[in-house]
Formats: sequence, structure tokens, C-alpha cells
Amino acid sequence: MEATYIKTKKDGRIVIKSGNKGDRVLKGTIVVLSILTVISFFFFNYAGLELGSAIRETAYNLKVMFLQPALSTISLSEAIYQVGVTLSLAFLATVIGAVIAFFLSLMAATNLSPVWLTRIVRVFVAFIRAVPTVLWVLIFAIAAGLGSEAAVLGMLFHSIAYLVKAFSEAFEEIDKGIIEALQSTGAGWWHIVKSGVLPSTFTYLLSWIFLRFEINFGVAVAMGAAAGAGGIGFDLFMASSFYFDMREVGFITYAILIVAFLLEVISTRMKKRYFPASSN
Amino acid sequence: MNEKTMRKSRWQTVIFLLIIITLTYLSSIITSFSFADGLATIPEALGWMTSNLMVTGESLDKLPNILEKLAETTFMSIAATTIAAVVSLFLGVLGSKTTKVNNFLSVFARFIASVSRNIPVVAWSLVLLISFGQNSVTGFLALFVGTVGFLTRAFIESIDEASQSSVEALTATGATYFQIVGKAVIPQCLPQMISWVLFMVETNIRNATLVGILTGTGIGYTFDMYYKMLDYNAVALVTLTIVITVIMVDLISNYVRKVIL
Amino acid sequence: MALLKVEGLGKSYTADKKILKNISFEIKAGELVSIIGPSGAGKSTLLRCINRMVEFNEGKIIFNNQEVGNLNKKELRHLRANIGMVFQHYNLVPRLTVIENVLHGRFGYKTTMQGLLGRYTEKEKAAAFHLLEKMGIHEHAYKRCDQLSGGQQQRVGICRALIQEPKLILCDEPIASLDPNSSKIIMDLLKSISTEMGITCLVNLHQVDVAQYYSDRIIGLNKGEIVFNGNSTELHEDNINRIYGTKTEDLITS
Repeated sequence: MEATYIKTKKDGRIVIKSGNKGDRVLKGTIVVLSILTVISFFFFNYAGLELGSAIRETAYNLKVMFLQPALSTISLSEAIYQVGVTLSLAFLATVIGAVIAFFLSLMAATNLSPVWLTRIVRVFVAFIRAVPTVLWVLIFAIAAGLGSEAAVLGMLFHSIAYLVKAFSEAFEEIDKGIIEALQSTGAGWWHIVKSGVLPSTFTYLLSWIFLRFEINFGVAVAMGAAAGAGGIGFDLFMASSFYFDMREVGFITYAILIVAFLLEVISTRMKKRYFPASSN
Repeated sequence: MNEKTMRKSRWQTVIFLLIIITLTYLSSIITSFSFADGLATIPEALGWMTSNLMVTGESLDKLPNILEKLAETTFMSIAATTIAAVVSLFLGVLGSKTTKVNNFLSVFARFIASVSRNIPVVAWSLVLLISFGQNSVTGFLALFVGTVGFLTRAFIESIDEASQSSVEALTATGATYFQIVGKAVIPQCLPQMISWVLFMVETNIRNATLVGILTGTGIGYTFDMYYKMLDYNAVALVTLTIVITVIMVDLISNYVRKVIL
Repeated sequence: MALLKVEGLGKSYTADKKILKNISFEIKAGELVSIIGPSGAGKSTLLRCINRMVEFNEGKIIFNNQEVGNLNKKELRHLRANIGMVFQHYNLVPRLTVIENVLHGRFGYKTTMQGLLGRYTEKEKAAAFHLLEKMGIHEHAYKRCDQLSGGQQQRVGICRALIQEPKLILCDEPIASLDPNSSKIIMDLLKSISTEMGITCLVNLHQVDVAQYYSDRIIGLNKGEIVFNGNSTELHEDNINRIYGTKTEDLITS
């Protein structure tokens, strides 16, 4: 049974792994991530950490939060209004972002624009994406003052970057035939976009926009807390870091959770309805 | 018939647009957002950025300190993501239709994922901050919880997509549950899962900045400090280092993704 | 002595609709038996009842003097290790190598840990290569199995079943996704498995002519009931019409 096609190790044992590049890189990635994880615990700053009491206290705080939620410093109508503010911030950033992203992604799609232009747009988008949203908000706040403008603009930047990536990929997947057919009728670029590109990707774009809205709601909460941009996030920050009122933190968390759940349910429904088959 | 449906769809589009415009208008009233001011701000902000957000020689002196904090944050994000991935793997296997042990555990896993994902990272960091104090562990845990939620959902989807058929085949050979999961399901989903993990590492580095601002740790704290000191050159330097880190991680993950998928 | 005996088998998913009704037949060791019938007749379900991939509601299945319905978890594992299974869509693990996929057939004999760590004995590995060589696909042993053609993948599937050293192989539409050429190779292999290695094969097919050409015996199934059970030479047009409820010519030409 000494056939040449059987690979063996030095000790004569038969090899069964293919050992191709993909497998090696996959294994390498896992090993590197594991090593970095172990190293990272030496890099941590453990200042003032008392693990035992911290865990106990946190467990107690979580219990108070989730089992005895109540409002004290703000009224219920105020809380609802602030949730509305957060939703509105997210909505504005999403809608404006979607409009701008649509035009930019036309420029970023390789089948609709010259290569040099797609490159420029892509580098631009990659840069915007790499800056954390909160930094954008804070940077805009210096110029515009802390308020809804800075918050929306900051969130807008990230929404644009995210949507341009998603949109341009959707455009690039359009059947070549559709564009060619329109080109052959002598249609102009705008005409191709209007009657070829837009109709065949519209529901897809819509679903991405909604997904981004879902994300932006979370981001808007964060901006309220970290950048003082207003909305329910700011109340959350005040309740926990200023009043140490875990019951109010609990109530606000529930409020955020409910909205987030609703948005998730709607987006799942939309996904199922518009592309039941394309879930992969 | 055709014309009728076309007219109908045109009406739908018009109504849809009207709703969006109304909602946008309402939103701008609620938040007292002014489009004119917003628009005016952009060139103003960009002008300000180009003139003030400059890395100067002076700010470069702070680079060692910044890099140290950045390393802390990056490592924190990687550790939180990797450990979350291990937990999510178990939850994902329990939660997926293909590999679930029973319905109760499946619903339980999905519930855990949903709750930890939908409670914003901000809330976690604020709550953890109270007891854990200003240190990396707080940030680590906050990122960890959010990541478990996200990755569990992603892993459940990957496992669901992986072909049920090889699970059936291995069941028919008399393989045990763990053999099936370990040898039929995981090998199929692993590249997809690693791709999600890399995506989360990148996302978490950005999120860590936010968490850092809230919990007073890592690069987020450094940024916040210089920001409040109005030391905008240092702010620019911090931002630049974050951008470089994120883009580097992004490039590495893109390479890995291209090879393994 | 029959290797497999099915008595009064019945299966229903919902109370009002029965997939299988009062199925009884016997299969002797070394036979190649085809089950034919229109889609939806219950062929797949019947096959899966035998190794309890599907739990049945009524009747008895006796395999190798063991009553299949009464087995506990451990005994069921042992039963499945003794019965190989070949699928229409091959059901291989796509990213793994051909040889790894073949060796998966040994899991029924291993502890969980041995399986997870991929501890195969040299003898098992050599046997796997021997089988691949027999099937003529040994040069692909280290390829990812999703890079192989359909016919080649099905041969890997057969190797996986054979390395179990089974007494019976269940084949669920093994050639339904293959071109005529590959179909012939696969059916020839199954035939030689039954005649040369003496392993019993129970094959679901939908091509009547293929069933007639290769099998020792044919079982015709229609709407969950056996309407024909006899030698392939005894299968005539009227029987076929009874199985399919249509004219033969339409079937053979299609």
C-alpha cells in the first residue's frame, strides 16, 4: 500500500489535512487573536479594581435596574419626549445621510463611474469610517456649538460612510445587461440611474437605510451620553453618573430596549418581505 | 392593467416620500435642528478643522503617551472581541436551528443575545463604571457584553446557513452531537465567523473610544482630556492615530477575509 | 434469514395525513433492492425510518435481529454505524478535504473526544485511501471536496458509507442530481458493492429503467403504500402504471 499519492509525516503517519493557504491563514488568525488576547490582560490598567465587590455591587445594581425601574428626576412625558428627540436625531442623520450617500455611492460604483473617481470616493469614505462617531460629534461641536446640529452632522458622517459602502456594492451587483440595454438605446447617465439602477435596487437600499436607522438610534443614545448631544442618552448619563439612581437608569434602559426591539422587529420583517431568498 | 399598476406604484412613491418629508420636518422641530445652520456649519467646521486640527511638533511630544493609551484600547478591544467570540460560539450553537439541543436553550440563547445587543454599550459602561471604577476592566466588560450580543446573532445566522445536509449525513454515520458540531458545522462556518470577529475588532476599537470617554480609560479618555484642555493639536494627533489603527486593522482583515472566504 | 425486516410500518407527521401506510417487506443480505415511485410517495421517509433519522409511529423494523424502534441512544448509534447512507446532494462537509470527509464515516466507532481531535488510526487512514483508489478518485484526496464534480463527490459519499464497514447501505436518490455518465458510474459501483463486497443496498430511484437494469428486486411505492414487490423482470407496464399512475412512455423518455 505504498502509493505515491498518500502524503505522510516524517514519522510515517498519514496526513489528512490539505494544508492550503486558506487553512493556514485561518489558523494563523485564530492563533494571533488568542495570543493578543492573553497579552492584553497584561496591558490592562487595573487601577482601583476590587473584583469581588465590583461583581457583587454590579449584580445588585442590575437587579435594582431591571426589577425596580422607576423615574424620579424626570417625568414620564419628559422621558417619552427625550426618546422622541433621540429617535429624531437618528432619523435626521439617516435620511440626510441616505440622500448624500446615494449620490456618493453612484460615484463609488465601478460599473457607473470611472475608476479614478471610485478610488477617491472610497478613500474618502474609509477615512470617515475610521474616525469614531463620537469624535466627529465632538469635533463638530467645537465649530457649531453643542446641539442638535453637531450631533446630526457627526452621526451623518458615519451614516454616509456606512451607506456608501453598502449602496455601491448593491449597484455593482446589478445585472450588466440592464445597463447595457439602456446604453444601447442612447440613454444618458442620469437616465440609466433613474430607470435602470434605482428600480432594481430600491428595496435593497431601503432595507440598508432602515438598518442604519436602527444603528443610529443606538449611536444617538451614545452621543447624548458621551457628547451631551441631548435626548434620552443624556438623561441616562445624568441618572447614572450624577444622581446614581439605578432605578431611573433601569427605567431608561427599558425604554431604550423597547424602542430597539421594535426597530429590530420592523427591520427583520422588512428583510423577510423584500428579500426572502437573499438572506445569504 | 399595466398602466394602472404603474399609476398605483407612482402614488405609493409619492405617499412614501410625503411621509418621509413629514417625519423629517417633525424631527427637525423636535430637535430644533435647523437645516440652514447645519449646512452653514459644514464649511465652517471644515475650515476650522483644517486650520486648527493640525499635528504640530509640540504635540508630537505627547505621542508616546498617546500610543500607550491607544495600545491599551486596541488590546482591550481585541480581548473583548475574542473572549466574546468564544462565548458566542456556544450561544450560537445552542441558538441555531441546525444544532440546537432543545427549544428552551435555543430561545434562551437568542434572548440573551437580543438583550445584550439592544441595551446600548453606553448603558453597560455607565452601570459597570459605578462599581468597577475607572479602569480597563470596565471598558472590557462593556464591550464584551455588546459583542456577545452581536456575534451570537451573526453566528446563529452563519450556522443556520451552513448546510443542514452534512449534519444529516454525520448523524446517519452514528456520530455524536459534539462530533457533528465540531467536524461538520464549525469547519463550514469558521471562515464566516472569523470574518465577523475581525469586523467586530475594528468596530470595537471605535466603540472603545466612546466607552473610554464615558469610563475615563484608554484613548477615549486621552482624547477627552486634550479636548477639554482645548489642546486641539493633540486632539488631531489622537484622532490621526485612531484613524491609522482602524485602517490598518481594516486592511489586515480585508486580506484575511479574501484568503479564507 | 432476512437482514432487514419491515412489518406494518406507518408514519404520519400530522394526524390526518399518513406518509407511510402498513409497509411490510424483507431484504436478504447481499441484495440490491430499488424503491421506485413518484415524488411524494414516501420513498425518502421510508429509507430514513430504517436508521431512525425519522421516528416512525407504527409497526416494527428488525435489522440484523435487532428491533430498531426499541434501541436506546447508545444502541442507536451502533445501529447507524452499521448502516451507511448515501444522499442525493452528497451531503459532504464542503470546506474539508476529501480524505477527511471519508474518515467521518468512522465517527460511529469513536468516542466523542477521538472524533473531535481527529484521531484516526493509520489503519483507518490507509483503508480510506484504499477505498478512494477503488472508486478512482485517490488523486483528489487532498482537495477540498467542494472542488470536485458531482459524480466525484458522490463517490466520496459512497466511500464515507463504505468505511463504516456497514451491513446495509441506504441510498436516497443517489443519481438524481447527476448527468447520465456519472449516473452510470455510480450505479455500477453500487452494483459491485452488493455483488463483490456482499453489502446489501437499498436504493431510492425515480428512473424505472435504471432500477430494472441494476436491481435484484424492485419495490414500488405509491402514496405511502407498497403496490409492487418482486423481481425486476416481473415489473411490467401495468405495474409501472399502478406505481406512477401514468403511461410508461412518458417516464422513460423523460
